Amino acid sequence: MEVKLNIKRFDPELPSDNEWWQEYSIQINSNTTILDALIKIRDEIDGTLALRCACRASICGSCGMRVNGRARLVCKTRVESILKNNEPLNIEPLGNHSIIRDLVVSLDSFFSKIDQVTPYIVPDSEPETGEFIASNESMENLLTSMNCIMCGVCVSDCTVLEVDNKFIGPAALAKAWRFVEDPRDGKKEERLRYLNDQDGGIWDCTRCMQCVEVCPKGVAPMDRIMEMRESAIESGNKSTSGYKHTESFYNSVKKHGRLDETRLAVDSAGITNIPRLLDLAPIGMKALLKGKLPPLIPHKAEDKEKIKDIYKKVEEKKQ
Amino acid sequence: MYEHDILIIGAGLAGLRAAVEGVRNGMNVGVISKVHPVRSHSNAAQGGINAPLTDRGDDWEDHAYDTIKGSDFLADQDAVEIMSREAGESVIELERMGVIFSRGDDGKLGTRRFGGQKIARTFFVGAITGSAILHVLFEQSIKYGLNVYEEWFVTKLLIEEGKCCGVIALDIKTGELYVIRAKSVIIAAGGAGRVFEPSTNAIICTGDGLALAWQAGAAVMDMEMIQYHPTTLAGTGILMSEAARGEGAYLLNSDGDRFMEKYAPEYMELASRDVVSRSEQTEINEGRGIDGNVLLDLRHLGRKYIESRLGYLQEVGVEFMGIDLAEQPIPIRPGMHYIMGGIKTDVNGATSVDGLYAAGECANVSVHGANRLGANSLLDTVVFGRRAADHATNYVKNIKHVNLDASYLENEKKRLQSIIDRKNGERPAIVRNEMANSMTLGIGVFRNQKTMEKAINDISGIRDRVKNISIDRKGAVFNTDLIFALELEFMTDVAWSIVHSAISRKESRGAHFRTDITTRDDKNWLKHILVSKDNESKNGVKVETLPVNITKWEPVERQY
Repeated sequence: MEVKLNIKRFDPELPSDNEWWQEYSIQINSNTTILDALIKIRDEIDGTLALRCACRASICGSCGMRVNGRARLVCKTRVESILKNNEPLNIEPLGNHSIIRDLVVSLDSFFSKIDQVTPYIVPDSEPETGEFIASNESMENLLTSMNCIMCGVCVSDCTVLEVDNKFIGPAALAKAWRFVEDPRDGKKEERLRYLNDQDGGIWDCTRCMQCVEVCPKGVAPMDRIMEMRESAIESGNKSTSGYKHTESFYNSVKKHGRLDETRLAVDSAGITNIPRLLDLAPIGMKALLKGKLPPLIPHKAEDKEKIKDIYKKVEEKKQ
Repeated sequence: MYEHDILIIGAGLAGLRAAVEGVRNGMNVGVISKVHPVRSHSNAAQGGINAPLTDRGDDWEDHAYDTIKGSDFLADQDAVEIMSREAGESVIELERMGVIFSRGDDGKLGTRRFGGQKIARTFFVGAITGSAILHVLFEQSIKYGLNVYEEWFVTKLLIEEGKCCGVIALDIKTGELYVIRAKSVIIAAGGAGRVFEPSTNAIICTGDGLALAWQAGAAVMDMEMIQYHPTTLAGTGILMSEAARGEGAYLLNSDGDRFMEKYAPEYMELASRDVVSRSEQTEINEGRGIDGNVLLDLRHLGRKYIESRLGYLQEVGVEFMGIDLAEQPIPIRPGMHYIMGGIKTDVNGATSVDGLYAAGECANVSVHGANRLGANSLLDTVVFGRRAADHATNYVKNIKHVNLDASYLENEKKRLQSIIDRKNGERPAIVRNEMANSMTLGIGVFRNQKTMEKAINDISGIRDRVKNISIDRKGAVFNTDLIFALELEFMTDVAWSIVHSAISRKESRGAHFRTDITTRDDKNWLKHILVSKDNESKNGVKVETLPVNITKWEPVERQY
């Protein structure tokens, strides 16, 4: 069957009009992947089309792109699987990366963030002979993150990176998790402290789930970030507004059966953090004028005893 | 001016392992790769890495013998001894660098069984062993602050006074051409799968390193020894790891029979790869295949086992074929996978050109001979990558950088510009496909005088056509079109060396199985075939032979 691919082009060497969309028609069969289609275009129709690809088997991580607005690994996406009413597929380079040409993006920022998390094991000591002894479970646990092929798909669709390029980001944080969790590593506490304190660290994730959705290898970076938050708290890292926010949220629901939003804002900022509280004042005023200010004395849920039971069960389970 | 003591071409396992060693030795090391290191094709190695660990009852001599038997006695036994002796240490070292190998109940490294071996000595990470090791070596490259020229393409080796003294390379991102001076160069640029079609290899496996060495006058050896992997996906040719059979999967023909019983009653599905591929092809040729394939059946292993030990295979089955391996057998066939042949080196990676080393798939030490055992290639990369760097370290102590004439760079710029300027020629991809199809027909699982003569004829025609190909892209930034043209030139040199090597071997041995001469002939052909560029001869090729190094294992007939 014939399909149309609408490809976002960019050529920095053109003096003007260097960005445009170009449509190509090609024949495909039911097993044709988007990568097969792009290679066919490049090989047979237009050799000027630039893209990266290597293994064709979802292990090298070269061919991350946006298809119809969502980042994917195009080698493991069959054209038919996302075709709707035979409408053209829109193919663009990854988001949150600067573009070199056509579908090729610069990975400099991606790898500089990997560098930022000390991405290698730092053991306290090595065994005198042979390998480190570790349980198979502890190693298999790390596979989640070792499955990461650094394709940049999660970074492309990360909603935090869209507005804050200081965020270390889902891929590098998943990499950091791999060392935090590795029983052979000796710097777990230092790593957690860094990831906790750092501007752009684990508390800057907004839990939008985008990275979990798009990751083609099941790494689920957001889940890894949440696990590191827990580990950081368990290790006594409690100074961040992120932690205070979490704690306030937890206590408020436990106490009232629902969220005390006023208290949440104050607790997250820190009750003694006067400058931050003053920052909040204008927002409070605006909310008040629009009738949106949360009540100063929180409403209470009707069956709050049942909510307490839930807490009890969760807390029992954790122990 | 870029300058290094050791410049390594390629950032896969052999290249990165060599680089780490070079840095530890205090050398100024540069690594140059046409792709980012983690995109290298070492990624695709799935099943594992072999090592006879003596502390758990294994024996290096046993591994050495399995390797030599697997090679159909063409491997050099001194080289195999080194590899087997150094294997344990090499794997332990990878573990200490951070590789998360699967473990046994005692917390020590666990193993699975692989083909051509009776003992389970293959260490693994699920079905992503290559990727897991590559990423850890990349981590080490960050730790050591390694200098990597990412996405640079080497167009030429520089040879002065018979010594390799650097390279000319293109920065793909800018299109600028540079000279990089080096006291020694290690080629670790991987295989040449794209010379064939289909192949399990990545699109980047175009034999660049082999061709660079060839053009510089280095000899290549046993290039006819092409490994056809027994289990590659119908259609795309994507690899399904030997780990599947290592974990107990069956091969079935259209009658539902485990046909390996006929061909290898003892080892069954875990005979050496050449034997299994030939058996499959025989079944298919005799009408017991299914649309040119046979079946790989994992169903009896159960879903849980498949997903925990072979998760990546399940991903490939589902994503690429829509087949759930726990429910349905998957159609597979033999597919081009690996080249045992390569740049001839000694056990320290030194080639026939001073200052030029090679390691990994592009090299031929030779430890794989006429057929490589599964999980020996990763071992080869780390053992001989390290040795090449150590030897180069000693070599450069008495070497000074050579002053290179500016004309080198100017001439290379002109050559590249002439490719860009050429008009109305054929597209590189069209010529590549024809070449690759010819190679698969001529130098296939089965071959004979007629198919090989035709291949020589075809490739000769292709070599003329390559001179006139033209490309669409004229700009400098990320001109992949130009890269394809250069890769195609490289591939035709590799193809040329393969066909001449193949037609020279007048016997059947390992992967080189001739339907017109079906037996092994130790009397006349227990020897390596060396091929090198020769501008004096009519076909541009010189063919020589070299005796095989036999230390203690006398050749016997192979049986599995």
